[in-house]
Amino acid sequence: MTDNTLLHLAKNALLLPTALQEQDIHKVMDQLVTGAIDDGDIYFQSSHFESWVLEDGIIKGGSHSIEQGAGVRACSGEKTGFAYSDKIELAELMSAAKSVRAIARHGQQVKVAVSPKVPAYAQLYAPLNPLNSLTASEKVDFLRRIDAETRKLDTRIEQVIISLVGVQEHILVANIGGRLQGDVRPLVRMNISVIVEEKGEREQGNMGGGARSDYSYFLDEDKAMSYAREAVRQALVNLEAVPAPAGSMTVVLGSGWPGILLHEAIGHGLEGDFNRKGTSAFSDKMGERVASSLCTIVDDGTLQGRRGSLSIDDEGTPSQCTTLIEKGILKSYMQDKMNARLMGTHSTGNGRRESYAHTPMPRMTNTYMLAGESDPEEILASVQNGLYAKNFGGGQVDITSGKFVFSASEAYLIKNGKITQPVKGATLIGNGPEVLTRVSMVGNDLSLDSGVGTCGKEGQSVPVGVGQPTLKIDSLTVGGTAVESY
Amino acid sequence: MQIKQEITQLESTIDTLLQEAKAQGASSASAGLTVDTGLSVNVRLGEVETIEHHCSQGLGVTVYFGQQQGSASSTDLSINSLKETVTAACNIARYASEDSYTGLPDKERLATDCRDLDLYHPWDVEADEAIELALDCEQTALDYDAEINNSEGAAIDSFQGIHIFGNSLGFLQGYASTRHSMSCSVLGERDGNMERDYWYSVARNKDNLEAASVIGKKAAERTIKRLGARSLSTRKTPVVYAPEVAGSLIGSLLGAISGSSLYRKSSFLLDSLGQQIFPDFMNIYEQPHLLGALGSAMYDSEGVATKAHDIIKDGVLNTYLLGSYSARKLGLESTGHAGGVHNLCVQTGEQNLSELLRTMGTGLLVTELMGQGVNPVTGDYSRGASGFWVEQGIIQYPVEEITIAGNLKDMYRTIVAVGNDIDYRGNVRIGSVLMEEMAIAGTGE
Repeated sequence: MTDNTLLHLAKNALLLPTALQEQDIHKVMDQLVTGAIDDGDIYFQSSHFESWVLEDGIIKGGSHSIEQGAGVRACSGEKTGFAYSDKIELAELMSAAKSVRAIARHGQQVKVAVSPKVPAYAQLYAPLNPLNSLTASEKVDFLRRIDAETRKLDTRIEQVIISLVGVQEHILVANIGGRLQGDVRPLVRMNISVIVEEKGEREQGNMGGGARSDYSYFLDEDKAMSYAREAVRQALVNLEAVPAPAGSMTVVLGSGWPGILLHEAIGHGLEGDFNRKGTSAFSDKMGERVASSLCTIVDDGTLQGRRGSLSIDDEGTPSQCTTLIEKGILKSYMQDKMNARLMGTHSTGNGRRESYAHTPMPRMTNTYMLAGESDPEEILASVQNGLYAKNFGGGQVDITSGKFVFSASEAYLIKNGKITQPVKGATLIGNGPEVLTRVSMVGNDLSLDSGVGTCGKEGQSVPVGVGQPTLKIDSLTVGGTAVESY
Repeated sequence: MQIKQEITQLESTIDTLLQEAKAQGASSASAGLTVDTGLSVNVRLGEVETIEHHCSQGLGVTVYFGQQQGSASSTDLSINSLKETVTAACNIARYASEDSYTGLPDKERLATDCRDLDLYHPWDVEADEAIELALDCEQTALDYDAEINNSEGAAIDSFQGIHIFGNSLGFLQGYASTRHSMSCSVLGERDGNMERDYWYSVARNKDNLEAASVIGKKAAERTIKRLGARSLSTRKTPVVYAPEVAGSLIGSLLGAISGSSLYRKSSFLLDSLGQQIFPDFMNIYEQPHLLGALGSAMYDSEGVATKAHDIIKDGVLNTYLLGSYSARKLGLESTGHAGGVHNLCVQTGEQNLSELLRTMGTGLLVTELMGQGVNPVTGDYSRGASGFWVEQGIIQYPVEEITIAGNLKDMYRTIVAVGNDIDYRGNVRIGSVLMEEMAIAGTGE
């Protein structure tokens, strides 16, 4: 599969059903550059989505949706004009181009940048259509089978909800120099949620996974049932949980999804837009120590088939592996084209947008910490009193103050180097520029999450990945209710 | 009038969709359609940053083959797309299981009174005019104090939309609505530490927006007050939630008493109907037909008539929030809550915020919450927070990097008072809330 084949597929999907010709795109682009703009693009996208839900042992139905349209953008200095339409028609696009180029008159005259030649990019996923990868009856039978097998796992299971989601996106980006690039992006996701009940107490457990693949991903290696076993295990552990401790303590974070720490604590703070504007707690910290020398953190959009991976970003820049922090020193921000231009650097392939109806911003792809040298057992054994947080829900960050939270969904007390009592979920809070300076041990067990992450920024959601090895943080605030015990 | 013609035309699209569903063999169907247009402008540090023109449309259809259901949606309103969307929904319905609880609402519950709720107040604002307003708003914030040294900008958003809904029981209604907002977010710096805060105003009618200068001033004031924030030591203490965060407490209540959480048994308020959940002075009621309000509607997302409800009466849970499906599943009747509540009002006490702080004496005033740390099944609650430490009713200093934790059942039960400083900006109208005690964790000595 070459770049040209992808372009061909994208053109077929987006232009063929409409009356729009390739030369029409050039006409719209000519209309756009009539204004004194630095950059601009036209982004065509179609998204075919389906979901199937099983609940109470029956297929409750599902939904199917088609979204398609085009967004036209003009950038001039720090200014952006943007318009979009659900109709891929010449008249609509010409009028969009006319209205957005007006942004330029608010700014100064600047020369139109000549697009550099695009390097060839790696094909990170096949242009699959997940929706067609199983027949409807195969999808339904699959969900029924997983439901039946899940219910056999434990007599305390009260409720099982299974969802299966597939998306195929075609995108076509026309850049200001007339260059046209395409991508076909499959994405699948499955989630299993259980409620268990014992002696009147109820708890929930959730587990899921996904990839840029088709539904066969879940049939391989018994993945679906591994989600089910994990959801049930978590729910049963939480039935035994006692109130979590409150206060600052040593925290050991598990490998994999707990890497949401990196996403919240430092990832967002290293996005180019916040740093260009000086609104991030990491602004002006380039070259400075922001983590212990054990920490090397990358944002890597080039991992084969991962949920956060992209062959090209939504501005047509090939995605790459960017070292954000190397042995504790801040090395790079994540950039889209506009912020890179304004900061005098190059896009790192992090220009992403939720859809044609949204403007691109610097966004993460797959963000993870490289493995260290410690055995995870040795890390736990080194802790006298602390918390072992094995799994997490979501998180949030205040970019400016640097304060971030992430919520443990499965955690245990550590006493004398041993994992003991499970504790209820609790929110952990810290300060982004400080927290990683307190990392005193890094495990040799790097793993990435199972493919469930969705990141929200300024109202736009995009799929992302996270990962890390087991980490020891010497001091972090744990927001439990058991104030007295610490 | 142009908008009425547009509504009529879009109603005929819904009619076509419903007929197409019938033609493709569906025994019943419902369909909805939305068309939105809007303008957003952002300014930052005295310059235009973005101008966005919005124009979007979408249709959705749900078909039933007896007791089997399927849904589909599309952003393409062409006749071919209508047919394909119905086909996609039918293809799903044919593979869905028989579900005896599924189906359209009972016909007698559908809204017959669909009067105009005064939700449509278009603002023909040109980009230049919006930019001027936003610039004024931001400039007030930047001029407020020398410690305000950066900005995330000020924004104006103005949207207008048409929403049409119909079903094969003969229900077909449409209305137009508008929503305008202005917001401002600025940064301050003290001793090398930055803080950011914001303020916004939102209304159906632009004349009801707070003045640009007021929004700018509030944003700056809030940012300045946060400068010099520190953590607290771990402790238990009384807590006041300011109105802008108190709504989230009621949000968790609404989730827990909604039909889908109840039949899934994923609620910490299972079997709570008729039970005392709040102190007996607490009343929470719904006013779906307020003229010009943000949450107003004559019917829910299934076309069932909305009506005024006492949800909490003297502290007792008086009704669940049910759509047709969850109602049938629970052996109850729809309460007109498919898609949520419409203008929820929490009855206030006599005290304003400073009086409430005096009642509290010493404790924490929370003005911002972070993260999603609420377990809907158990009510266990643990979230990041920032706000102010209060002694003898007087604010002492700003606090941040703390967590507050408890269990929602205890938090509800131990509400001491609700202030009269109501935040009207959301679907939940509530003042400040004083609670007896929560656990605080922090790094302070």
